[in-house]
Amino acid sequence: MTGAATITETAVTITVDGQPVEVAEGSTIHAACVQAGIDTPTLCWAENLTPVNVCRVCVVELEGSRALVPSCSRPAEEGMVVQTDTPRVRHSRRMVLEFLGSGVDLSQAEDLHHWMDVYGADPDRYSDEDHPVERVDEPVKVQDELYIRDYSKCVLCYKCVEACGDDAQHTFAIAVAGRGFDARISTEFDVTLPDSACVYCGNCVGVCPTGALQFKTEYDLREVGEWRPEDQTVTRTVCSYCGVGCNLDLHVQDERIVKVTSPSDHSVTSGHLCIKGRFGWQYVHGE
Amino acid sequence: MTDIYLGADRATDAEAAAVDEALRDRGVDAVVQSETERLYISGRARRLQRRHFLLPALHALQNAVGWISPGGINYVADVLGVPPAEAFGVATFYDLFRTEPPDHEGDTFHVCVDAACQIAGYDDLAASVRASGGHVHLGPCLGQCERAPALFVQGSGGRPDHVPADAEPFALPQAGDPSLRLLRRIGVADPESLESYRAHGGYEALQRAGEMGADAVLEAVAASGLSGRGGAAFPTGVKWRAVAAESGRPKHVVANCDESEPGTFKDRIVMEHDPFAVIESMTIAGLATGAQNGWIYIRGEYPLATARLQGAIDAARAAGLLGPDAAGTGHDFDIAIWRGAGAYICGEETALFNSLEGFRGEPRNKPPFPTTHGLFGEPTAINNPETLLNVLDIILDGPDDYRTRGTERSPGTKLLCLSGKVGRPGLYEVPFGTTLGVLLELAGGVAGTGELQAVLMGGAAGSFVGPDSLDLPLTLEDTRAAGTTLGSGVVMAFDSSVDMTDVVVRIAEFFRDESCGQCVPCRVGAVRQHETLVQMQKRGSLSPSRRALIDEMAEVMVDASICGLGHTAASAVRSALSLGLIASAPS
Ligand SMILES: Cc1cc2nc3c(=O)[nH]c(=O)nc-3n(C[C@H](O)[C@H](O)[C@H](O)COP(=O)(O)O)c2cc1C
Ligand code: SF4
Ligand code: SF4
Ligand code: SF4
Ligand code: FES
Ligand code: FES
Repeated sequence: MTGAATITETAVTITVDGQPVEVAEGSTIHAACVQAGIDTPTLCWAENLTPVNVCRVCVVELEGSRALVPSCSRPAEEGMVVQTDTPRVRHSRRMVLEFLGSGVDLSQAEDLHHWMDVYGADPDRYSDEDHPVERVDEPVKVQDELYIRDYSKCVLCYKCVEACGDDAQHTFAIAVAGRGFDARISTEFDVTLPDSACVYCGNCVGVCPTGALQFKTEYDLREVGEWRPEDQTVTRTVCSYCGVGCNLDLHVQDERIVKVTSPSDHSVTSGHLCIKGRFGWQYVHGE
Repeated sequence: MTDIYLGADRATDAEAAAVDEALRDRGVDAVVQSETERLYISGRARRLQRRHFLLPALHALQNAVGWISPGGINYVADVLGVPPAEAFGVATFYDLFRTEPPDHEGDTFHVCVDAACQIAGYDDLAASVRASGGHVHLGPCLGQCERAPALFVQGSGGRPDHVPADAEPFALPQAGDPSLRLLRRIGVADPESLESYRAHGGYEALQRAGEMGADAVLEAVAASGLSGRGGAAFPTGVKWRAVAAESGRPKHVVANCDESEPGTFKDRIVMEHDPFAVIESMTIAGLATGAQNGWIYIRGEYPLATARLQGAIDAARAAGLLGPDAAGTGHDFDIAIWRGAGAYICGEETALFNSLEGFRGEPRNKPPFPTTHGLFGEPTAINNPETLLNVLDIILDGPDDYRTRGTERSPGTKLLCLSGKVGRPGLYEVPFGTTLGVLLELAGGVAGTGELQAVLMGGAAGSFVGPDSLDLPLTLEDTRAAGTTLGSGVVMAFDSSVDMTDVVVRIAEFFRDESCGQCVPCRVGAVRQHETLVQMQKRGSLSPSRRALIDEMAEVMVDASICGLGHTAASAVRSALSLGLIASAPS
């Protein structure tokens, strides 16, 4: 979704960093930023999910609004004047990234590393020797051979919940439980995935931005230091199980499939698959 | 056919019976849906129809067996069509619900640890409850700050919840004062008798409103200059007109009776002692906005107020003052009560909608606003009970008379919750513009050492002012200009003997505990702020870099949080620092 207006749609014009941008009515400020070539960090937003606007890393300054507004969800309205690089914006983005890094393990949240550099985020400055800070620290949940859950990497972006629920899968196997800093993604009473409603579509894994949800193949390779994205090839194919026609991207390392994704802009899947396309590839290796 | 997957756990007979009864009370047939029926009613439609009964069903489980068990969740999930993971997510959001088997027999004794109770010695109360074998749960403000330290007893094994202090006789400190407006029936009319309410002028305003018609009521409310008393001071006339202008969808009037701002107890006293006034004014709101559905969302720790409101609703309905053609106004209007379950954030209007609808009490992003997308996504006028109460006099005496009290920009009178170190703590009503000093004198002056150290204005979300603020006129405009707030009407006094560091550290802990956890600035910021203050308390000082960090954290919480909780989480802390009430010099 680029936000560019087509002939049949009404267009609105807003000003972003002094530059007029025309987008289709109903597009977000974020879409306008993209169109204007202004790079904006996002974490809880994804093009194939309904915006939950909870992470606040995408905030911008909107003239006439007391607080900053989340660009990922705020619709552009005619005449809006938006600033994306003021000291206030930079401060809030930096603090959000620092707060996250101070509480969870972002080592595999690769997209965020760039932004932490841009805004000079220093998550370590909250603690000192006699002052440890509370972190999310939980054992990795390895409950089956398909994917693992490591909630000490979870930023609570709600993406997995959305993907498992209304936005894609309609299985509702996981939800946010608890409150405040103790909030966690959980099944009912934290039962294991095999005991839950989970149907192993892997769509939650597909949208997780931090590595908190990870295919077991990737997890095992990372554990032994053999996860090498730079050596991987990606081959696009069509799933052979049924007639729907889902596009599959096979990620191959050392001549073995190490994970399967689907392009999020694909008209059939929007990036989402079922257990067969996602995990049913062992036969390729004769297993 | 997708359907809800349930694990192997099944409800006990007691659990199932409790849920069935709670749902039957609300007119829902709780019989578990049969397989054939499921084919007709798709999962999603069923969820939309019944999900809002989740909170009452969870209350029933908690009360029956002292916790919400896996079998209980599965039963509720099946009856209401809510996925068990989501029902668990909702149950774990609230302080009054346990999701682990209780480690004690009997009731739970909730003792408040917030400021008024902190300085009144809540620890002695907790110790005495423990000594007599009671299970103590320390928690946030119970809305009984005028009778601190406060206790609320959560029943188990089917025993009802109760507040021991409710058994004591009640009198307003200003009882008999002829200038009382909003409080004039309190302690005078019998709160359990519709006849008595009518004998004291009750239902005259609704009668008049019916004669005037919706447009004239909207006009009067707008002309009065009435603004919301729940904290945000939004003009009520503007809100009601926006809802009235919506058409084509069901509309709602919600009374926000969640009252959980530490230091606030005004709504409780009004609801307990003048419940018909809340019902009557909601009915007028329904008439004016064209809404037919009234909802009272009341905090779970207010059993007496809940019972009195329910009694008033039942009596009004029996007398034709609620229901079809309510009071002969030609407008259909009825009211249902939903109980919260221990979560300060559920007083935020959009969190309240989510909570009532059976979702986690997480605030929604605004816009859109409740007037177009409120309860169930439909147009909603949500008001604080004190706001609603004002409407009765505006209708009866007219906006001009109403404006003879208060100031041009803050017309009318204000309910103020006096607590802490004052001679006569309690609920007061004064015209806007009364100074802080006069108010404190009215409440018997500063108690304890007699020397005032600070006043907390507006509650934990408000700010501290010092003794040099006694001349401050209590109006919206003057408090704003002075950098403080009336908020929900909290005026909590601290004498020179109080260790303010303890008080401020607890305020920071309150926000840490009560953040819903949805957005990063508040979820993490409230924790880091509290940790920084705990470190300060241990060291006895705050280094310049930590002092700067507090401001940096406050800035992102104010600028980038989703809701008012995050926006105000640093306000009392920063005011205490700038007034020098807590350690600020580097060691
Ligand atoms: C964290 C938080 C808690 C709130 N709690 C309450 C409450 O307990 N009661 C209330 O009336 N308003 C509360 N509010 C304000 C409501 O969101 C809303 O503004 C109010 O109910 C509107 O009614 P009014 O216009 O009559 O004041 C709270 C707001 C926030 C941000
Ligand atoms: S694998 Fe699919 S069904 Fe299972 S939790 Fe993830 S999104 Fe839900
Ligand atoms: S597990 Fe991943 S997708 Fe789910 S909330 Fe956490 S970070 Fe987001
Ligand atoms: S500001 Fe705090 S309470 Fe409000 S939505 Fe964010 S986390 Fe929740
Ligand atoms: S990306 Fe906009 S709030 Fe998360
Ligand atoms: S009841 Fe303790 S502070 Fe309100």
